[in-house]
Amino acid sequence: MEAAFHRGINAALAPLAAILVTIVIFALFLLAAGANPLAAYGAIWVGAWGSWFSWQNTLVRAAPLLLTGLCMALPAQIGLIVIGAEGAFVLGGLAAVAVGLPLAAAGVNWLFVQLAMALAGIATGGALIAFCGALRQFRGVNETISSLLLAYIAIALMNQLVEGPMRDPASLNRPSTRTLPDAVMLGNIPGTSVHVGLLFGIAACIATWFVVFHTRFGFAARIVGGNARAGRVVGLPVGELVIGFCFLGGAAAGLGGMVEVAAVQGAASADLATGAGYTGILAAFLARQNPLALIPVSILLGGLDAADGLLQQRLNLPDATMLVLRGVLFMTLLASEALQGRISLPRLVRVRLGTVPAGE
Amino acid sequence: MMHTATALGWWGVPLAIFAGAIRVSTPFLFVSLGEVVTEKSGRINLGLEGVLVTGAMSGYATSYLTGSPWLGVLAAGLVGAALGMLHASVCALPRVNDIAVGIALMLLGTGLAFYLGKPFVAPKAPNLPAIPLGNWSAIPQVRAALSINALFLVGVVAAPALKWVLANTGVGLMIRMVGDNAEAARAMGYDVDRVRFLATAFGGFMAGIGGSFLSLYYPGSWNEGLSSGQGITAVALVIFARWNPWTCLFASLLFGGAGALGPALQSVGITAGYYLFNAAPYILTLLIMIITCAPHRTLAGAPGELSITK
Repeated sequence: MEAAFHRGINAALAPLAAILVTIVIFALFLLAAGANPLAAYGAIWVGAWGSWFSWQNTLVRAAPLLLTGLCMALPAQIGLIVIGAEGAFVLGGLAAVAVGLPLAAAGVNWLFVQLAMALAGIATGGALIAFCGALRQFRGVNETISSLLLAYIAIALMNQLVEGPMRDPASLNRPSTRTLPDAVMLGNIPGTSVHVGLLFGIAACIATWFVVFHTRFGFAARIVGGNARAGRVVGLPVGELVIGFCFLGGAAAGLGGMVEVAAVQGAASADLATGAGYTGILAAFLARQNPLALIPVSILLGGLDAADGLLQQRLNLPDATMLVLRGVLFMTLLASEALQGRISLPRLVRVRLGTVPAGE
Repeated sequence: MMHTATALGWWGVPLAIFAGAIRVSTPFLFVSLGEVVTEKSGRINLGLEGVLVTGAMSGYATSYLTGSPWLGVLAAGLVGAALGMLHASVCALPRVNDIAVGIALMLLGTGLAFYLGKPFVAPKAPNLPAIPLGNWSAIPQVRAALSINALFLVGVVAAPALKWVLANTGVGLMIRMVGDNAEAARAMGYDVDRVRFLATAFGGFMAGIGGSFLSLYYPGSWNEGLSSGQGITAVALVIFARWNPWTCLFASLLFGGAGALGPALQSVGITAGYYLFNAAPYILTLLIMIITCAPHRTLAGAPGELSITK
């Protein structure tokens, strides 16, 4: 247990170093732009975690990142780099609306409507990413490129359907589908303004962690991820594992899309392409593809999202400021991979934590 | 483009696609020619989308500030080269994955371009001039279709030139050797990281120029929705072109034609399926990759060290 704790701390050291370096680089960037870095970090803190109100805002924004982050982290276990979560998210949301509207109109019980919408999102998102996995497995098509192309195609398909067959005739300027009735919308966690989608995300992360690290299915996947040829030699069903993990990743992002329409937007429109799919990529890398680490990482990135408005307002900065911060964070994070395993806590701290015996 | 097709009726559609193919293909051409060199050296830079957008912004800003669009093209290339160097430097660190760095560069480049480009969304910068090659024709539509930008012609010349350099010169041999077998190149005394650094910088330079075409010629303005994935499509195009610069030219024209399909049909009044026609280049790319890739053999021309085809 202590050894595992020690390993966990050491794995987190490099990303933490990257965050520190990012804070310094971004401060220099702000200075060059004529803004006060201390005031900027103050605004980020207040807007993200400074009050219960900001915390709730942060958690609402963290919810989709948990699910889109899994769309990258799950295929990563098996060695694939899938960056098409945005497509699975958008199509998942669209499918949820397509299923939810007629069921709600037919007066079906709200719980069944929600279940059907969740299943529609899961199946659609899962099918999209499973297709990338199948292309990789059977045609040797690189999954990073195919998943990104499919994301562009998915967004075009969504726009086409929202402007055409699924359009609500009453939506004039901004085409959108009809709105789901309040009765079938997902509610909030009691006592908060945070929708239950956050719980879906956290549950999905914990379930993924359990499957990956505590089941034979997950063990087999990690063997294939380490060395596909070795996996094939010992008789593992590599194709099924690749497609299965891709499906699960896409399913998570598709569920994220369902939550977005059923808890936040109420209808599908061009607004469904929120960019959560792309932020999820950053979340998964920051979590070093570990499903449990996705939870704090999503709260961090969700907080940056939540503080965006306040940062712009207080310091009069353009809305792309957060994009720059994210880009710098991503780049330093990847550079910090080079530190992995080369830095550890000072010995004195390790003794205090009890991870090494004092007398050694 | 509205007037081009309506006056000629249905004949306007192929003409508009032809004109569009040349116009739309130029960014594809520059990005893919640069990426061929980068990939031949054994690295893949997926971040060219970010480089393209940054190039578009810095080219437009420079043209606005100096009044010279050609200085803008140069600035776009230099900024692109700088981003390419950033990619190469991070990739040279141990255990850093070049695909992941490309994704980060995509985010960072777009973020920087949007941030620094804010003041340049509204003002009008001088654009690149077109060369009127269609003056022999009396039909204004033909003349419009044949007024071609000099950058396209530069690209047309650069494609065979690059092919020749890669195939017949010492520099080309060095790049190919580093890309095919880094160990062997090291044994021969080549500095692998240095060659890849320069090859990635060149790729960034070309992608930056491709971006400046977007902001300085067609569509000819700077805004945040300027690029819609041309950078990433061009990376896929390199695989389709089998790492051959000459093939890149024809592949770019094909993709340009696909991209011009939606607007050309719209100009004769076909607006149904507008979004899907606009997605045509992506659909085409995906189909081509499905048809041409194969699971159990390496593609002809693929550099041996390339992570994406291993």
